[in-house]
Amino acid sequence: MSMKFLAVAALGLALAACSTTEDQPATSGSAQAVTTTTAPPPKVVNNTVAVNAPRPGSQEELNATIGDRVQFGFDRYDLSPEARATVGSWADWMKRHQNVALNIEGHADERGTREYNLALGARRANAVKDYMTALGVASGRLQTVSFGKERPAVLGSNEAAWAQNRRGVAVVR
Amino acid sequence: MNQARSSIFSGGISSAIAILALAAFALLVGTAQQARAELQINVTDGVVEPLPIALAPFVDASGQEDKLGQDIAAVATADLVGSGLFRAIDEKAFIQTPAAAALAPRFPDWRQVNAQGLIVGAVKRQADGRIRVEFRLWDVIGEQQLVGQAFVTERSNWRRVAHLVADAVYTRLTGEDGYFDTRIVYIAESGPASRRVKRLAIMDQDGANHQMLSGGGDLVLTPRFSPSRQEVAYLSYDNGLPRVHILNVDTNQRETVGPLDGMTFAPRFSPDGDQLLFAREQRGNSDIHTMDLRTRKIRKLTNHPAIDTSPSYAPDQSRIVFNSDRGGAQQLYVMDADGGNVQRISFGDGRYATPVWSPRGDLIAFTKIKDGQFSIGVMRPDGSDERILSTSFLEEGPTWAPNGRVLMFYRQTATNRRGQGGTSRLYMVDVTGANLRQAKTPGGASDPAWSPLAP
Repeated sequence: MSMKFLAVAALGLALAACSTTEDQPATSGSAQAVTTTTAPPPKVVNNTVAVNAPRPGSQEELNATIGDRVQFGFDRYDLSPEARATVGSWADWMKRHQNVALNIEGHADERGTREYNLALGARRANAVKDYMTALGVASGRLQTVSFGKERPAVLGSNEAAWAQNRRGVAVVR
Repeated sequence: MNQARSSIFSGGISSAIAILALAAFALLVGTAQQARAELQINVTDGVVEPLPIALAPFVDASGQEDKLGQDIAAVATADLVGSGLFRAIDEKAFIQTPAAAALAPRFPDWRQVNAQGLIVGAVKRQADGRIRVEFRLWDVIGEQQLVGQAFVTERSNWRRVAHLVADAVYTRLTGEDGYFDTRIVYIAESGPASRRVKRLAIMDQDGANHQMLSGGGDLVLTPRFSPSRQEVAYLSYDNGLPRVHILNVDTNQRETVGPLDGMTFAPRFSPDGDQLLFAREQRGNSDIHTMDLRTRKIRKLTNHPAIDTSPSYAPDQSRIVFNSDRGGAQQLYVMDADGGNVQRISFGDGRYATPVWSPRGDLIAFTKIKDGQFSIGVMRPDGSDERILSTSFLEEGPTWAPNGRVLMFYRQTATNRRGQGGTSRLYMVDVTGANLRQAKTPGGASDPAWSPLAP
C-alpha cells in the first residue's frame, strides 16, 4: 500500500518538475528550457530509491524479502518442506517486528464445493498459524480467515492456476 | 392440498399480500359424461410427451381495456410449459373464443385443436378496488370440470394469482403439490473472476420481481430460506469475518447468529424453522452444530478432527445428512439428530458433497466430483439407487423445490487465462433427470435456495 502511494507521489514530483520546465520556455528563452529539463531527473531517481527500501515491518518488506504466500497440495493442508521454510521465515520476521500482527488467509482452488472449500481454507490457514505459534509467535498476533474458493490469485481453469490458488497468504494487519 | 390452501390467508412470502382463495365452486356445466380414463400425468416415470393444454387468455369481465387477463394467462402458461410436463396450444388455433369458452366450453372445438386440458378464466374488478380472478380447468376428453377456483386480491398481486392458477392445474393433473408460487434467493454475481462482486438477491421462481438484498461491499454466500418465516440465513464477511447471518426479507433487519469466535458457515434451517444447523470452525477444524433459534442455545453435534460441513435435516428432523472427509475424502454421512449413530451412505467412485434431504424425505440430492467433472445427483437416504441428473465442468449446490420433484443448482463455466468465462448460472432439472433448463436471472448467479410454497 504505502509503496504505491510513494510511487504516485514521486510521479507527481516528476510531473511538477516537467510542468515548471515547460512553463519556462514561454516566459524565458528556449535555450534555458533545454538546460532545465535535464536537471530534475536525478531528484526523481532519489525519490525512487527511497521507495524501494520498504518500511521495516510492512507488507512490502514481507513481500520483497520472504514472499507472502505458501502453496498446498490438492485437498491437502499439511505444510511442504518449502512451505515450512517460508512460514519459518515469517515467524522470524514477526519476532523482529514485535508490533506487527498478521491475518493468515486460507484459500482453495475452484475444484471443490463451496462449503467444503471454506472448511479446507480454514484448515490451511490454521496449519500456518499452528506452525508459527510452535516457532514462538504469540497466537494473539495471528488471525486466520478462510476464503474458500472465493478469491483466486490466478485466473484460469488449469492445473497451474489451481496449484497457485491453493494457498496460505500472510497479510499485515 | 387445494382445500388446505383454499382458506383465507394473509401475509405470505411477500409482505402485505392478502389473497382470498374462495372455495372451489361447483360444476357449471353438469354434463359430465361417463367417466373415461381420467386426465392425469405420471411424473414419477418421467414424461415422454408433454400434455397439450389450451390456456385461454382470461376474460376481462369489466370490459376495460386492460391486458391483465392476458398477462395472468401468459404467466400461468409459462409456468406450466416450463415444467416440461405441458405443451401450450397456440392461441391462433383456437376455434371457440376465450369469452365463449369461459361461459361454456364447446368441447368438440377444443378436441379439434388437440387440447386435452382447457383452462379458462375471468378477471373482475370489485367495488373495493380489488380484483377477483376465477378460473376453471376442464378435461376436454371427459368433458368435465376438474378444478374451479376464485381469488380475490389487490391488483398488484396478479402474478401470484397466475402462479396459484398454475399450481392448481399442476396439482390436479399430476397429483403432486405445485411449486410455482415460490421464490428463489441466490447470489447475484458481477465483475471479473478476480474481483467478483457477490450480492444477495431474491426473485420469483420465474425470474420476475427481482430484487437485490445486499450492496456487494461484503462477500456473501450460501443463502437458505426459512421454512416458517420471511427469513434467509446466509454467510457474510462483515468486517472480513465470515459468520452466519439471518436477514428478514420483509423488514430488512439482519443479525449475526451463533458463536463469534471463529468462522460459522453452511447454515440450513430445520424443516420446522425452529433450529438452525451450521458448521463452526474452531482452530481450523469444522464441526456440525445446531442452534435453537428461540433460546439461542447451541449444541455441538459432531466432534471429529475431520471436516464436517453442509448439514441438512430429514423432513421429520430425526436425522441429519452431512459432508465429511473423516474417511479420507469427502463423503456423505447420516447421523441421528443428537449426533449419534453416524453412518456413511455414499460409496460410489469419486467425492460426494452438499447433501440436501428432499422435503418428501425419499431422496438426498448431492454434488459428485469424479474424473474432473461435477454432477448433481440423487440417492435414497440409505445410499442406494444413485442417479446422476446433470454433469458439467463445474456445478454444485442443489436445492429442492418444495414439492421434491424439481432441483435447482448452479453451473460455472471454465475460466481462461485472460479471465474470460468463469460465469455462473442457475439451472433446474426434474428429479427424473428430464427437462434441464436455465433459470432466468439478470446476470451471473450461484447458490440458489428455493422457498417453501407461500402460505
